[in-house]
Amino acid sequence: MTPGMKSRITRRMLMRAAGLGALGAGAGALVRDAWAVVPETRKGLGPGVDTRPYGMPSPHEKEVVRRFIPWMNATTESSVSFTPLHALEGIITPNGLHFERHHAGAPVIAPDTHRLLIHGMVERPLVFTVEDLKRFPRHSRFHFLECAGNGALEWRGAQNNAVQFTHGMIACCQWTGVLLRDVLQYCGLKDGAKWLLCESADGAGYARSLPLKRALDDCLLVFAQNGEALRPEQGYPLRLLVPGCEGAASVKWLARIEVGDAPWMTREETARYSDLRPDGKARLFSLEMEANSVITNPCPENPLKRKGMQQLSGLAWSGRGRITAVDVSFDGGVNWRAARLEEPVLSKCLTRFRLPFEWNGEEMLLQSRAVDETGYVQPDYTTNRRNKGETGIYHNNSITTWHVAGTGEVTHVQLD
Amino acid sequence: MSSWIERTTPLSLLLLLAVFTAGEPLLAADGPGREATPEEISALDLDVRADGAGLPEGSGTVEQGEALYAEKCAACHGEFGEGVGRMPALIGGEDTLASDRPRRTVGSFWPFAPTVFDYVRRAMPFGHASTLSVDETYALAAFILNANGIVRDDFVADGRTLPAVKMPNRNGFLPDDRPGKPAVRCMSDCRSVPRIVSRARKEEGK
Repeated sequence: MTPGMKSRITRRMLMRAAGLGALGAGAGALVRDAWAVVPETRKGLGPGVDTRPYGMPSPHEKEVVRRFIPWMNATTESSVSFTPLHALEGIITPNGLHFERHHAGAPVIAPDTHRLLIHGMVERPLVFTVEDLKRFPRHSRFHFLECAGNGALEWRGAQNNAVQFTHGMIACCQWTGVLLRDVLQYCGLKDGAKWLLCESADGAGYARSLPLKRALDDCLLVFAQNGEALRPEQGYPLRLLVPGCEGAASVKWLARIEVGDAPWMTREETARYSDLRPDGKARLFSLEMEANSVITNPCPENPLKRKGMQQLSGLAWSGRGRITAVDVSFDGGVNWRAARLEEPVLSKCLTRFRLPFEWNGEEMLLQSRAVDETGYVQPDYTTNRRNKGETGIYHNNSITTWHVAGTGEVTHVQLD
Repeated sequence: MSSWIERTTPLSLLLLLAVFTAGEPLLAADGPGREATPEEISALDLDVRADGAGLPEGSGTVEQGEALYAEKCAACHGEFGEGVGRMPALIGGEDTLASDRPRRTVGSFWPFAPTVFDYVRRAMPFGHASTLSVDETYALAAFILNANGIVRDDFVADGRTLPAVKMPNRNGFLPDDRPGKPAVRCMSDCRSVPRIVSRARKEEGK
């Protein structure tokens, strides 16, 4: 008898003693759990290597999918789907689960027909194929990508009872591409160049102005995510990545960059993606995503199922650099404990935090609070509303509260 | 800051190496990419800046725009620009921006009239973008501005008149002034006993 078998019998005996075991009519008889037989899978063959040239998750994981909110947008082509954060581990978002945000659907583009035109205030206006761009030095970097509207539905009060919908407009990948800086300098920037217009090949002709200073910093022209080619939903065959900034700045299906001396003030950076303040004025080019965090276990989708030891875990990020601390409160922000940050802790990247705790069935108000390397501390709703109001739509990085009931059920709430 | 290109290949050298071929665009030496022709650039450089830079030759009247609007736009934006379902309204919303229910429309929110031309040209009609002529685009811009009471019935939109239109919310935008340090890192006795003030409906998102 192995030690494992011995412990199982001991547990069954204990369960019987406590009246918890489903022992059936034959009380006292030795009962085997259904799993404790030689599994059927040992009696045959699984699918061969020719069955799935491109592998998919187990059919038993079919609930782990992107979801969208039908009433949120007028059409599915100009809409958003959300990453199932509650079902993911670590910091990397699988490519098929990366949230989507399109303004005219996700076009499917043949790479050999795609070109990037760079012109305007450059010494040499040039046309590049994706293959051309791959001749520049390549870089692979881990960065989150978050829609400016993440959490937008929660400004007026707790609305969505799921972390997938309160925070799922974020994802994190290892992006591979070339530095926009290298390509721009290769074209030769003229004196007076200050802004770029970055334009998509999609059905919205989506276009955003980008400050040249940021373009020359850490922006990438990306052709791969998590080791494989970009997904169509993420801009295949070529997208811009502006690390740390609102996702809408990272133009997908990138087809044209014009260099100029002033921002274009497109509809998507004035009438949209500007942050209306309570006084009716709107903030322009509020690109950086401020420090934010959320607990993904427990959360409304992941209630506490039993008392005793619990493995609290969540995600933190900042568009301004590295996360330096994440604090967790069990009492709605009165007292805080520092969580453990799991390596790697990278700049403008998701950081996983963990904090085991003992739960004995008491009610809790769980919160997490991120701190980044600039000293920025994630604000609560009261503070954030004072600065941003509740009609601004974008940049809701307020501390989120999960109410844990005595039953272990978790509900999204907001506090005074 | 020196890029790899500067370190490895001076730009002047690249230019010296440039190869001319009769009838073919200038090749950028053996470096990546090739020189764009003026024809290629003008075919794709269709954007219009807030100051009107890029507005093409052509024009359109309010009356022409009204007929086009009924045909190509009203199904989504409503007979009068009021919006259908969750499709955006194009008119109204004056004096709502500081209210609890702001309505962001061309009339109440958009700061620059040339942007109306730019957006219609690049994105509209939804699902059929890049199908309107320049004159049609001018006409729709004229009609939308007129429907908002911003220009008169006899307004003719063109490269000279659109940049001169004074939008009502022209001064409604500011640079990013979000506070860099909105909160402090307090660890104990940080607030009074909290009270739940809103609760997500249980079924929402489940």
